[in-house]
Amino acid sequence: MSVETVTKTAPRNVVDHLDASAYHGNPYPVEEPMREPLVLGNPSLHDVTAKIAGIIEGKTNLKYWIAVLICASVAGAGFGAIGETVVTGIGVWGSNNTIGWAWDITNFVFWIGIGHAGTLISAILYLFRQKWRTAINRSAEAMTIFAVLCAGIFPVIHTGRPWLAYWLTPYPNQMQMWVNFRSPLVWDVFAVSTYLTVSALFWFMGLVPDFATVRNFVKGKITKSLYTFFSLGWTGSMRNWHHYEIAYMILAGLSTPLVISVHTIVSMDFATSVLPGWHTTIFPPYFVAGAIFSGFAMVMTLLVIAREILGLKEFITLKHLENMNKIILATGMMVGYAYSMEFFIAWYSGNEYERTVFINRAFGEYWWAYWSMVSCNVLSPQVYWFKKARRSIPLMFVISIFVNIGMWFERFTIISTSLHHDFLPSSWSYYTPTMVEVKIFVGTIGLFLTLFLLFSKYLPVIAISEIKGVMPGSQPTHHGDEHH
Amino acid sequence: MSDKKTVAVLGNFTDPNKIMEAAAQVHQSGYTDFDIYTPYPVHGLDKAMGIKRTILPYISFGGGLFGLSNAIFLIWWTGSVDYKLNIGGKPLFAFQFSIPVMFELTVLLTGLATFFGLWFLCGLPKWHSDLQDDEGFQRAVDDTFVLSIFSSDKRFSLETTERFMNEIGADNVRRIEA
Repeated sequence: MSVETVTKTAPRNVVDHLDASAYHGNPYPVEEPMREPLVLGNPSLHDVTAKIAGIIEGKTNLKYWIAVLICASVAGAGFGAIGETVVTGIGVWGSNNTIGWAWDITNFVFWIGIGHAGTLISAILYLFRQKWRTAINRSAEAMTIFAVLCAGIFPVIHTGRPWLAYWLTPYPNQMQMWVNFRSPLVWDVFAVSTYLTVSALFWFMGLVPDFATVRNFVKGKITKSLYTFFSLGWTGSMRNWHHYEIAYMILAGLSTPLVISVHTIVSMDFATSVLPGWHTTIFPPYFVAGAIFSGFAMVMTLLVIAREILGLKEFITLKHLENMNKIILATGMMVGYAYSMEFFIAWYSGNEYERTVFINRAFGEYWWAYWSMVSCNVLSPQVYWFKKARRSIPLMFVISIFVNIGMWFERFTIISTSLHHDFLPSSWSYYTPTMVEVKIFVGTIGLFLTLFLLFSKYLPVIAISEIKGVMPGSQPTHHGDEHH
Repeated sequence: MSDKKTVAVLGNFTDPNKIMEAAAQVHQSGYTDFDIYTPYPVHGLDKAMGIKRTILPYISFGGGLFGLSNAIFLIWWTGSVDYKLNIGGKPLFAFQFSIPVMFELTVLLTGLATFFGLWFLCGLPKWHSDLQDDEGFQRAVDDTFVLSIFSSDKRFSLETTERFMNEIGADNVRRIEA
């Protein structure tokens, strides 16, 4: 038989789905027929390759490049504003002596939070054997990396002299000084840089087998050599897969506490200070839940568009979106709990300053920010109690946008309301951002979208090898142990 | 053709159950220098092939230990030996405040060790394979399972190995020369 005939008979439905022995000792039991399938339309393995590698091989249309151009211009304007800040000094911002942490730190926490969904999907859901993650983990991990890159900009320019930002790292120097490891800001440097590095390694490792698949699919000479280079010469050897799977497990196991540690440490920037409204023990879990919440909202916003434009509806199905909406509902309730518990503790502590800050937070000058946060984050996801709402594409798009806005307001509320009325009433102040700050923030959104657009065209947007491994009939019905 | 030598005998499979059985048979027949190329990890296939458990976790653990000990040393030596700075009367060194950085450096070095250890154990990057021109082999990253028995195996003999491959159900059994 020729290769052609062999490969056309792809292993679809070769497995008897009702075979009870299928469940014996198999870490990935065969999908029960009762469940909604993870991949619609029952494609063959080659169909999956053709679909996803086809996006890379296909021609880009004018609309795509217009979208890239718009996003890149917005990013460019942002970098222009960063240039203005660096050349003139951070006096061009609206932050002042009282409110020293303003938009820059709000945006830093906002972007770091966005990243958390990617790691949650790629690592935590992997450890929990949630097979539906395979359709969305690649794009969510990409968002993690892009979001952390955007986040990293802010603390660097916040230093005022970004060309000296390397002072944040411990290195032997002529000043004979070392960083202060007792400071949570130094912890942050380690947490964020570790997070970026490990996420990037995990992402690249996941991409290698797919680069190999794309390498053998594309025709163009330059494209082929590029994918060949980045595939590292991956052959699909089972001896390599054996190491690979263990490495995947280790990195997933590492990323799980890592992602929790990152936002925990970010929250400690606040919680270890003695400022009322910041100095609370609820901050670490509250921040982590909020980060996952906001991250899922961003993944939702982009995937709803991407599955439409790239034609990935049979891979990113309504089931996937519904599952993500359930997580949004759950984490939304967690942040809602944190909001109310903060108030309860402010009252229960009997601490006058704590109470004042919280009453001021909800009914003071920044009342609008507080109530935007509550309505976007706590009220809007409540519709997800209804299955119809969880499966409605227009509704989930709108709510994901609401959650993105609400989570930005959460960070703004925490930072501004605690700072603007400090212990000394004579220094009370109000903060309004300047155009430069607005441009920098909108610029990072442009940067994020530009990177995502490039990713969606030039890299496999869905983990090809992983999705093949969870398709019905792709795994043997009995385990290798039986042969020993 | 004259200076070329057969390096391997290849055969295709498409059914994950068949490749599992075939792997076990190849392993039980005493072949050691063989491999199966698959588009995704087939669960249990590594065991059926008799692959020994990877030493990667030890490499990762070593990386983690290196990261952790370096973190402790860095924080302790910089803070309480080389540059003693009294801040609010806080201790110059304590495990409590060191935990975040200790944790992060442990994770960072474990991650790096795992990543580079993986490619080291896989022998990658390696941009050349003797099998790379075979069309079936190229489809191993797409939709075909390819069993390859290498001529370097001491049990390898062209006719017997080819017959054996056909017996265990391989399609399109062919020789690769390089």
